[in-house]
Amino acid sequence: MSTAAGKSQISIRRSFSEYARAVWAILWKDLAAELRGREMLSAMLVFALLVILIFNFALELDAKTRTSVTSGVLWVTFAFAGTLGLNRSMAMEKDRGCLDGLLLTPVDRSAIYFGKALSNLAFMLIVEVIVLPVYSILYNTNLFNPGLIMVILLGSIGYVGVGTLLASMAVQTRTRDILLPILLFPVVLPVLIAAVKASSGFLQSIPMSEIWPWLNILIVYDIIFIAVAFMVFDFIVEE
Amino acid sequence: MSSSLSPIISVHNLVKRFGLKTILRGLNFEVEKGEFVALLGPNGAGKTTFLRILASLSRPAAGRVTVSGFSLPSQAAAVRRLIGVVSHLPLLYGDLTAEENLRFYARMYSIPNPDARINDVLDVVGLTARRRDLVRTYSRGMQQRLAIGRAVLHDPEIMLFDEPFTGLDQDACAMLGDVLREVAARSRTVVMTSHDLSRAADLASRFDVISRGIITASAHSQDMDTDLLLSFYRDAIGAK
Repeated sequence: MSTAAGKSQISIRRSFSEYARAVWAILWKDLAAELRGREMLSAMLVFALLVILIFNFALELDAKTRTSVTSGVLWVTFAFAGTLGLNRSMAMEKDRGCLDGLLLTPVDRSAIYFGKALSNLAFMLIVEVIVLPVYSILYNTNLFNPGLIMVILLGSIGYVGVGTLLASMAVQTRTRDILLPILLFPVVLPVLIAAVKASSGFLQSIPMSEIWPWLNILIVYDIIFIAVAFMVFDFIVEE
Repeated sequence: MSSSLSPIISVHNLVKRFGLKTILRGLNFEVEKGEFVALLGPNGAGKTTFLRILASLSRPAAGRVTVSGFSLPSQAAAVRRLIGVVSHLPLLYGDLTAEENLRFYARMYSIPNPDARINDVLDVVGLTARRRDLVRTYSRGMQQRLAIGRAVLHDPEIMLFDEPFTGLDQDACAMLGDVLREVAARSRTVVMTSHDLSRAADLASRFDVISRGIITASAHSQDMDTDLLLSFYRDAIGAK
């Protein structure tokens, strides 16, 4: 009995190690390819910087209103730049048939989802790390707030979690560039609203009791949508 | 799971629909271990769809498919360990080198001792000298050879080739034919779709013709040269 239990434990450990290896392999592959090509990151970054520059000149804000609109401008920038990255990330897999190459490997297909989601998250966080100080300088606002950074992390996880799933769906169609934002923005709206409210709360030093509900929404949304993606990814990518 | 008496691939009454359009209409197909089957047929006959179902990339609407004793789609992960697929697209990342591409797939297949295996595969497909070059700098023929390397990396029992000669010039076709022959010679079972009858006649041990979603004729290569194959093919698809 104990031998059977031991064997089963070894088998579970081996399966988990293969799963983790596959997730890591996809993350490594995406980072290595992007380091060479720099197509996705440069597009996302230039776009994000242009958006905050345009908002800076278009809104002409005084010091008081600047704090209240900062979180909105930031999340619009992240959402638009993120969509560019999500589209490009899945298009790279589709264009040379590489998505089929991934689907042909004997790993659980949810490992492919997690690998792609982690690499998309990494690209989004890189863009955010560069955008934040530029925004701080342009808008003369201090954004180095641990609470805000936590919100950005939670919001980005939710955005990328849903975005990777929908991008895998949109990439199968001819109108993928248009379809992704149309599918994504309505679904990701709760994340964007909660992230804007929570970011705004931290920037305006509102009491934590008022920020917690928004943080809870972000955490619950992240868990639910990542679980949904884990369950349905296999059906979405198969013909 | 597999038995030497039962066919390695067995397909019964396979149906596949895309929306209202039926692509495969009750297709039956069996392959014995070690056979090299060429699937011939006009455009839109359902060759690629059939191969994608065997590769577990597409779900059948009805019918029974078993590969080496494993059912599709319920045991797809086990089937994917046994098959290698080469299509007209290379399934390789242009911004990675040949070695990095193979290393990535070696991790995905959990191949033990990947360095030695990658060296062997690069040697078989004749790309050892260009192993550290980015794949996007390769010619179409070199990419296709590396695609074969990727497909045999995990030493699969069954190879599925979907129009592997598409877009290649004469020299590249000849070189690819040699590589395919070498890959198939290692007691593998091969199913290949092709429009090129002379290449098919050169490589395959059996020819099946798909037309309008079913296999309409089957013949063995000992009875065939290219001219006979052409007339057999025309009869099978009902061409004048």
